Amino acid sequence: MAEILLSVVGVGKRFGGFTALEGIDFQVRRGERVGLLGPNGSGKSTLVNCVTGTLRNEAGEIIFRDERIDRLTTHQRIRRGIARTFQIPRPFASMTVRENVEIALLYAGAPAGNERVPHGATEDDAHHILEEVGLQAKADERSGSLTQVDLRKLELARAMAAHPQLLIADEAMAGLSMGEVDEILALLMRLNQAGVSIVMIEHIMYAVMKFSERIAVLVAGRKIADGDPQSVIADPEVQRAYLGE
Amino acid sequence: MDVTLNLLINAIVAGILLGGFYAAVSIGISISFGMLDIVNIAHPTFIILGSFIAYIVNLHMGVDPILVTFLLSPAFFALGVGMYSWYYVAFERRGREALSGLAFFFGILFIGEVALLLVFGVDYRTVNAPYIGPTLEWGAFNLPLRLFVPFLVSVGMVIAVQLFMTRTFTGRCILAVSQNQMALQLMGANPQRIKAIAFGLSIATAAVAGAFLIIIQPIEPSIGREYIGRVFAVCVLGGMGSIPGTLLAAIILGVAESFTATFYGPSWAPAVSFGILLLTLAIRPAGLLGR
Amino acid sequence: MAPLPFLGVSLASAAAVYGAGIAVGNEYLYFASYTVAQYIVLATAWNILGGYTGYVNFGTAGFFAVGAYTSVVLHKTVNLPLLIMIPVGGLVCAVLGLAMGYLTLRLRGVFFAIATLAMAIVLHTLVVNWSFVGGARGAYIIRPREVMFFASYSEYLFAVMLLLAALAVAIARWVERSRLGRGLAAIRDDEIAAECSGVPTLKLKLVATTLSGFLMGIAGAPFPYYVSYVDPAGAFNLAYGVNSIAMPLIGGMSSWVGPLIGALLLGTLQQVATVTISSAANLLLVGVLLVVFVTVAPNGIVGLLQKVRGQSGARKKQNG
Repeated sequence: MAEILLSVVGVGKRFGGFTALEGIDFQVRRGERVGLLGPNGSGKSTLVNCVTGTLRNEAGEIIFRDERIDRLTTHQRIRRGIARTFQIPRPFASMTVRENVEIALLYAGAPAGNERVPHGATEDDAHHILEEVGLQAKADERSGSLTQVDLRKLELARAMAAHPQLLIADEAMAGLSMGEVDEILALLMRLNQAGVSIVMIEHIMYAVMKFSERIAVLVAGRKIADGDPQSVIADPEVQRAYLGE
Repeated sequence: MDVTLNLLINAIVAGILLGGFYAAVSIGISISFGMLDIVNIAHPTFIILGSFIAYIVNLHMGVDPILVTFLLSPAFFALGVGMYSWYYVAFERRGREALSGLAFFFGILFIGEVALLLVFGVDYRTVNAPYIGPTLEWGAFNLPLRLFVPFLVSVGMVIAVQLFMTRTFTGRCILAVSQNQMALQLMGANPQRIKAIAFGLSIATAAVAGAFLIIIQPIEPSIGREYIGRVFAVCVLGGMGSIPGTLLAAIILGVAESFTATFYGPSWAPAVSFGILLLTLAIRPAGLLGR
Repeated sequence: MAPLPFLGVSLASAAAVYGAGIAVGNEYLYFASYTVAQYIVLATAWNILGGYTGYVNFGTAGFFAVGAYTSVVLHKTVNLPLLIMIPVGGLVCAVLGLAMGYLTLRLRGVFFAIATLAMAIVLHTLVVNWSFVGGARGAYIIRPREVMFFASYSEYLFAVMLLLAALAVAIARWVERSRLGRGLAAIRDDEIAAECSGVPTLKLKLVATTLSGFLMGIAGAPFPYYVSYVDPAGAFNLAYGVNSIAMPLIGGMSSWVGPLIGALLLGTLQQVATVTISSAANLLLVGVLLVVFVTVAPNGIVGLLQKVRGQSGARKKQNG
């Protein structure tokens, strides 16, 4: 079995009196495709925010490539190889599509510890990445005026530009048509084949079942199931808490 | 009695009285900044505007300054509603409040100050009212009515605003805006209308408090600047939109300034609010009674 | 154009203005041009934080005055040459900017804005209470009677401020096009997304406040020599705060050209208005222009020009 890339151990997070996460244990192996399910407000986004550092976890540890990362800043974690997309796309609206990707290339695309990117390299790299996601025709358009599906692609392009080893796709397909969902799915598959581990948070069951090798389910801040897709879906507790409501 | 103890007691009393007044000038910013997230740095301009209107009417007709601004409060309210409409159309609706909106209020602050300066010049102005001269004395204990009357009216105004916020439907809608716009729509209220009312209220309280200001001290147009630090220090320390917090924080600021003025000299007083503001931001940005 | 050649062009422009100035040889012209050049430095400095990074600094007057009073202190103690005082004033303001940023930049942007405004007022209070620099009464600075290579001290100050303006503009343009500037633009657009793209946001914001503070400090350092008499009311004049915001906003905040255009236009306009109308009225004019521009033309004159060019070039090939 492949090595463990990310290990979340006993992580907890509270907002005032509200317990958003409690005792979460969650692992991702190198090259793995994991689906993360849960109803709205179950703590999926909070978990993503704790792993990427947008939020600080109060209890537990987060370990990435044998290093404890839960006291690092977000950009330090990104540079160590964790990238994410946002549920609601957050483009750098005043920049073109290409410039959006170049930001990630300039600041996270270099191998860890190497701050300098060779001159001229970013433009070529940006071109390749945009080609990969199918945005090369819109490279010089302002990102603020993109359509929903293109914004989703830009989110992925920017995450790819950080050369991640782990990509967390937070509802990367919400609001898209079936054809567009398949397009994004194929893109994620290609990324995975290139060696990137992927955690997919998604409400579109068809996509999750098709994509995931393993599924974990969060309900009310706790993990209630974790295993191969068929048995997790068949789990009566999962059905009661999530699917059958 | 010991002289220092004497000074100490009078400093505390003066500080509490001043604090009540600070609550009145700050309550509007607790509504606009704390609840509506509108960074109205021009707030002090409306305080000074209230002071000068009270001054003119008092000078020419001899009407009590506090009564003047209370009677004119519907006009200030309307001014606030108009300001919000402008702000909403030009900035909030387009998501440009962070930079352009701030610059807009800074411009208003500046226009207000310069315009008042052009009309009234740099001379200090005062008003006449029967309670401005006398001081109640019990031994060493002094209670200047010039401070005590604004204190009473201020606290009354703060309590009235708190009752309005918690007991009326409109007030509860304003509280709902500060927490969750969705909840507000579920209550069947129009967020823009509610925010316009709240902003109107915020400007009206500022102008009314302007009358208290000119009773407490002589004023000239640029005095408003000192109140920028004060109102934001009170709002942040009080917990951004908590009305009881505003009152508590205002009294803390009043006592701290009064101590500073008594023991180090009045010219240091403007620095106190900034110290409190920075300390709060550095240590507990949620304020005393923050959510 | 690469940064170094641009610096050359920038310096050459300043030299050309200087040449034209001494050809006329009018003392009043030196004074007026000094003021406009000083505003170029202040507006450019403000824009590095405000325009590039999206953080509003209301305390320009505070930084400017700290630069000025650093010179007063140096004048009264060691009396160094002006060309040494300027970087010292800049460094003091750089530290001040760093400290302000460190205390408030981890919070929401509005807290930084409010803190800078309050800071200017507190520094004002400190100076009023500091008798060594003259307190509220102010201090007289005796200019050196003559200075090498220049016909008069005014002419010298005029040349110095032109040089500083040329440097400030070249620095701003370099920042704008560097990796730093791209990171600052990402922060301005979306701070969380910037951090998630690997941008060290806090560090970059601190670099921006420090650099911006430095430039404001060097604009203030020669001020006591320019006016010969410096008091808190003059050095902390709110006009510096308003102008340094109004000029980039009116010119356009997204590039180095905007503050330059804004400072030239508004600075010249005010010099004319001060002579022909009154100084209070011209400040009112700045306030009104600021409010009008943020309301109807948020991208300033540069934005308006781009719009016009975009419309006329719409039929041609589309180009971002």
